[in-house]
Amino acid sequence: MLQEESDLSLIIAQIVQKLKGSNLYSQLERQAWASLQRPEIKLESLKEDIKEFFKISGWEKKLQNAVYSELSVFPLPSHPAAPPEHLKEPLVYMRKAQGSWEKRILKSLNSMCTELSIPLARKRPVGEQKELLNKWNEMGTDEPDLSLFRPVYAPKDFLEVLINLRNPNYENGDSLSFRTHLGLIQVPLKVKDIPELGALGRSASNKVINKKQNMGPRKQDPNQREGEFPRNDSKEKFQDKGCTTGLKHNNPRLEQEKECFVELGLNIGQLGIDDSTQVPPELFENEHVRIGQKVLAEQDSAAAQQYIRQGSPTALRAELWALILNISSQPEDVLYYEQLKTNVIQHDLLVDSLIYKDVKLTASNDDYYFVFEDYLYQVLLCFSRDTSVLSHFAFNSASPPKSYIRGKLGLEEYAVFYPPNGVIPFHGFSMYVAPLCFLYHEPSKLYQIFREMYVRFFFRLHSISSHPSGIVSLCLLFETLLQTYLPQLFYHLREIGAQPLRISFKWMVRAFSGYLATDQLLLLWDRILGYNSLEILAVLAAAVFAFRAVNLMEVTSLAAAEAVLADLSTLKVMPLLQIFLFATVT
Amino acid sequence: MNTLMDVLRHRPGWVEVKDEGEWDFYWCDVSWLRENFDHTYMDEHVRISHFRNHYDLTRKNYMVKNLKRFRKQLEREAGKLEAAKCDFFPKTFEMPCEYHLFVEEFRKNPGITWIMKPDTRSSDDQKDDIPVENYVAQRYIENPYLIGGRKFDLRVYVLVMSYIPLRAWLYRDGFARFSNTRFTLNSIDDQYVHLTNVAVQKTSPDYHPKKGCKWTLQRFRQYLASKHGPEAVETLFRDIDNIFVKSLQSVQKVIISNKHCFELYGYDILIDQDLKPWLLEVNASPSLTASSQEDYELKTCLLEDTLHVVDMEARLRQRSEETTEAALLLPSSSEESFQLIPSCQEEISLSRPCV
Repeated sequence: MLQEESDLSLIIAQIVQKLKGSNLYSQLERQAWASLQRPEIKLESLKEDIKEFFKISGWEKKLQNAVYSELSVFPLPSHPAAPPEHLKEPLVYMRKAQGSWEKRILKSLNSMCTELSIPLARKRPVGEQKELLNKWNEMGTDEPDLSLFRPVYAPKDFLEVLINLRNPNYENGDSLSFRTHLGLIQVPLKVKDIPELGALGRSASNKVINKKQNMGPRKQDPNQREGEFPRNDSKEKFQDKGCTTGLKHNNPRLEQEKECFVELGLNIGQLGIDDSTQVPPELFENEHVRIGQKVLAEQDSAAAQQYIRQGSPTALRAELWALILNISSQPEDVLYYEQLKTNVIQHDLLVDSLIYKDVKLTASNDDYYFVFEDYLYQVLLCFSRDTSVLSHFAFNSASPPKSYIRGKLGLEEYAVFYPPNGVIPFHGFSMYVAPLCFLYHEPSKLYQIFREMYVRFFFRLHSISSHPSGIVSLCLLFETLLQTYLPQLFYHLREIGAQPLRISFKWMVRAFSGYLATDQLLLLWDRILGYNSLEILAVLAAAVFAFRAVNLMEVTSLAAAEAVLADLSTLKVMPLLQIFLFATVT
Repeated sequence: MNTLMDVLRHRPGWVEVKDEGEWDFYWCDVSWLRENFDHTYMDEHVRISHFRNHYDLTRKNYMVKNLKRFRKQLEREAGKLEAAKCDFFPKTFEMPCEYHLFVEEFRKNPGITWIMKPDTRSSDDQKDDIPVENYVAQRYIENPYLIGGRKFDLRVYVLVMSYIPLRAWLYRDGFARFSNTRFTLNSIDDQYVHLTNVAVQKTSPDYHPKKGCKWTLQRFRQYLASKHGPEAVETLFRDIDNIFVKSLQSVQKVIISNKHCFELYGYDILIDQDLKPWLLEVNASPSLTASSQEDYELKTCLLEDTLHVVDMEARLRQRSEETTEAALLLPSSSEESFQLIPSCQEEISLSRPCV
């Protein structure tokens, strides 16, 4: 109890510290000062009156949203004496692996640089600056010669690194047993550690929020109990509905997943299933839309996150995501974006060519996203100049590459991060942005949403860490689910030299962008936001294999297996997930 | 990729014939039609893919004439409000005969941009022997709806089985064709910016064949719905339906009705920034060559469903008087893919709501 209390105070202190530096803090201060003019504020009860004022005017809600946002991103505190590396990544061997992977990437980048004799960064001459400014909205029409550039790495290179990851302290023994993991990832990560971490995170946030105010009833979500969120009663709820009948099996993993993804249950309405034309809208869709509108009216982040677990109506999605990510387009944000744009105009980075190349290779060739080519440049070029992204490296196992001003190698005073945001794009990176173009049309808002999505989720897909949402855990989760639930398929594929992860890796690294139809992808990303975790990607990957198991059992080569799984554009995400999680009987 | 040949060759029970006079079904050129239709005898069951005077709908100048006349009639009969529903065709003047009227209009509204379009010479219609002298001057729609900074138009397919009574089917799928270059009025001279036909885009220096620069109609609807809400999209598509109905009604009495004829039209629709649809033109021979895999699938399904609706199999069976045969069960795809357009005059009920 004491430990929990002190944990909480640590969290609260850290959040308060963070928020003190934010724009919201100064706004609240200003509001508080301004409110002194109001008649209802009395000197005797100053504190309570101001608090009351905040509650009524909606500022408290904004503060709540900010706190909730911090909690979602905030990594859980370990020991107070833990060094900062532990926040990035607690396991030493993972840190080492990430470090050597980074060295390789930088070496590749540097050699490209020397080969092509292009500086990492240079200031643009005035004429070029003017030209770029004119062409800002149509950079896609530019056709620079990119033939000499190559992407720094592709997902499959990264996969090879992950396959070779080993924990030096773990001895598996040579003998094969039923416990042997058949897949490619051979690290002993506990993939379903979620109930513990999840419960801790959820109940901690619950307490913090309840401490800050005593709220009455919130939105009328029928699945929601009064005065309490986010839910941590999942286990109870799940058993309540009697879903466990007939699905008893020994393996705890699927049970844990089910607990985690309770809102995806068979008896709970979902967008992506229960809004199809055969289902009359009165049954679920209308009510769901109505609740969605209410959630938006209340501007409540946590409620929105809970709501979106059942999917978001198309018309409300853009606002809901902005609410959950706590993005509100303030004039300062627009200004900041303009500043980044100026940076792009003034300086040319080598990384820009990599971005161009990536967009041309991936998004421009996509049947759906080619239209948004120009937006992609506007977002990605600015993204690479954004130094505020550097703050996420505190909890990212990766570290931003350092570069030295010419001639001052090794001198720390002349070190800069390169690129300024510390993120080197790889092949397919632009696909993280492309689906967002469907929702946001104003460049600065699109930019903010993407940046927030990146520092909350996407960075985990290409750095080596032990985080449950990290790509290593996702791979392991995928393989474990497959081995547990479709052992015959797994074995067969392994025998013909078609390790399933080799096929599904690229889906997960890109969060399925470019593989699924856009509307299905957005439904999937709804759930990523709703559950604040990327595990659903691994579950979906396994579900896809399960769905095409019959065909896969008949193939005899890796190429044939790839062919069976080449086209995912016709798949419907929600039914697949439901079948896999709740309807598979072993 | 020739979709028509693939579909016809794969259809069970069909055989390709070389000789004239032996065919039951002919997907013909308009030029063939012009030369041979009048003196070809056709049995009861025979079907041919064009109406004799389809140009009343597909030639811009005739279309305008017919529409104007219909509009006047509608105004007389049903009032101004009803007649206003015909205002989906940008103001058009036929050249050279309406030159003076055009000049007058041009002088009255000096700020307006006009686009000169040749009549009949597009990739879609066949070249005919008559040298192209006709042009139309059409009011240019300066505020087109842009996606990703690009201009686009919609291609929608309408199958007309007969004009009297008016039986028309709307194909649920279609596509939005994007211009490869970014739209701006500054580049008014740039042919590639404004004309969105794939045929024209193909010759643009930016054109990458892999891209295809098309979106399916479904993709387009989803995009609009997430931007403007589902009601706005519904209204837009209702307005587009209105275009079909009114345009077909306007030529209903003009087109020579013949039970052997049916026609698959390609409607080109442009959306402006207020989400108002404009009819650019109607093509009697919409291009059936596929520009990408997705396009190939769309067009083959379209043709298959067209053939289902035409239903030669049932006609031939009736003809051979096989009384014991059970009625042919049409594959359900035809009912789902083609939707009967309700017209104001005929009492035809809608079979199924559009997705």
